[in-house]
Amino acid sequence: MKAKYLIAGALVVLMTSGAAQAHRQWMLPSSTTLSGTDSWVTIDAAVSNDLFYFEHHPMGTDNVVVTEPDGAAGKVENAAKGRYRSTFDVHLTKPGTYRIGSVTSGVMGSYKLNGKVERLPRGTTKQTLAAAIPAGAIEVQTGEVSGRNEIFVTLGAPTTTLFKPTNAGLEMAPITHPNDLVQGEAASFRFLLDGKPAAGLKVTVIPGGIRYRDNLGQMDLVTDQDGKLSITWPQPGMYWLNANIGGGREGGAAAAQTAPAAPARRASYTTTLEVLAP
Amino acid sequence: MQISHKMILGGSAAFGMAGLAAMPAKAETLNLSVTIPRLSVAEYHRPYVAIWLEKEGAAPKTLSIWYDFDMRNGEGTKWLRDVRQWWRVSGRSLSFPADGISGATRAPGPQKIAFATGKGPLGTLTPGNYTLVIEAAREVGGRELVKLPFSWPAKAGATVAAKGSTELGAVSLTIAK
Repeated sequence: MKAKYLIAGALVVLMTSGAAQAHRQWMLPSSTTLSGTDSWVTIDAAVSNDLFYFEHHPMGTDNVVVTEPDGAAGKVENAAKGRYRSTFDVHLTKPGTYRIGSVTSGVMGSYKLNGKVERLPRGTTKQTLAAAIPAGAIEVQTGEVSGRNEIFVTLGAPTTTLFKPTNAGLEMAPITHPNDLVQGEAASFRFLLDGKPAAGLKVTVIPGGIRYRDNLGQMDLVTDQDGKLSITWPQPGMYWLNANIGGGREGGAAAAQTAPAAPARRASYTTTLEVLAP
Repeated sequence: MQISHKMILGGSAAFGMAGLAAMPAKAETLNLSVTIPRLSVAEYHRPYVAIWLEKEGAAPKTLSIWYDFDMRNGEGTKWLRDVRQWWRVSGRSLSFPADGISGATRAPGPQKIAFATGKGPLGTLTPGNYTLVIEAAREVGGRELVKLPFSWPAKAGATVAAKGSTELGAVSLTIAK
């Protein structure tokens, strides 16, 4: 019985690994729509309650990857980490849409060995899982965890080359281009979990500038059978979009934490969208 | 400034004699006057101005973009996206400098520009309802857009006028044969 993978609600509790989980993680680009042939964007990255104010923790940017419009790997430049925020630059030299983001995936869980419950070490992946569980372990409980936090910026005309899903984790397959959003217009996006439509997915959208208003202005949306949803932008500005499966966090059902059949699979998707005035 | 402007804007500045041989005898001209307001502000830069033509069901067509086209390494193109509605409907799919379209920024006062049918950026106009749009965006300033609707064909002498309130003054379009 070396590795019997059980689905367990208790896992959710095990996976709550620190205060940062309760906050919102975000990346904020200096621009998303750029002209010229040689432009830069600078990105602030932080974990905080209020959007988009760096007031709590810098976001780790070691895993941030830049993908150029043609799919080539781009570069993170001038990366620095401050007390409250990280910052880095991306040099745009090719026309089209860039993706800037980080994708994480791993396995969390626990097992019992000699009567004692042990947690899987941090950084365990599907590949290293077998080796991480010692012989003789019983009551092995694991869950796959994946996260994607990405933003898009476009130099010149928007392109869609990078929207091809990887079919791993929770992903957004834009129908409306994320760098072509305008106040008063409806935009639609499709969400996929491991390449399949994420039907009934709860998605939270919150406009930035929280500090200077009383109401959060949060939009709670749910995807349809096809994983699609539509958003009509009430005002121009930067919006934070977040979706979670299995975490019981922002937009997720709190019930998931107590229900015995809570999904072991945990996946999250986060992006920042800029909506322009018409 | 004026010289280089004419260089790039060749088509419309020539007022349409050359190159008309292959065209039908009757070429019309859209004479446009765009007033750039004189503003008393601490820091003034001439606005970027885009002029384009919209027709329902057809792709918008840029007729002119006045910007800092002669900066080193094309740096003036960096701010084209601030002419934001134009950038979205047409600008972002052009490359710069755009032949017959790019021109220098212009000084405050009434600025004249003419577009001949059948040639240059205007091309042939099919019958229908059009909107000529003028959008101005100024560095460290604001942005404004003014629309001039007209139908085609139009009578000689027909005029459409409108007025901006902040970044554009009086704007008028007159059809000449």
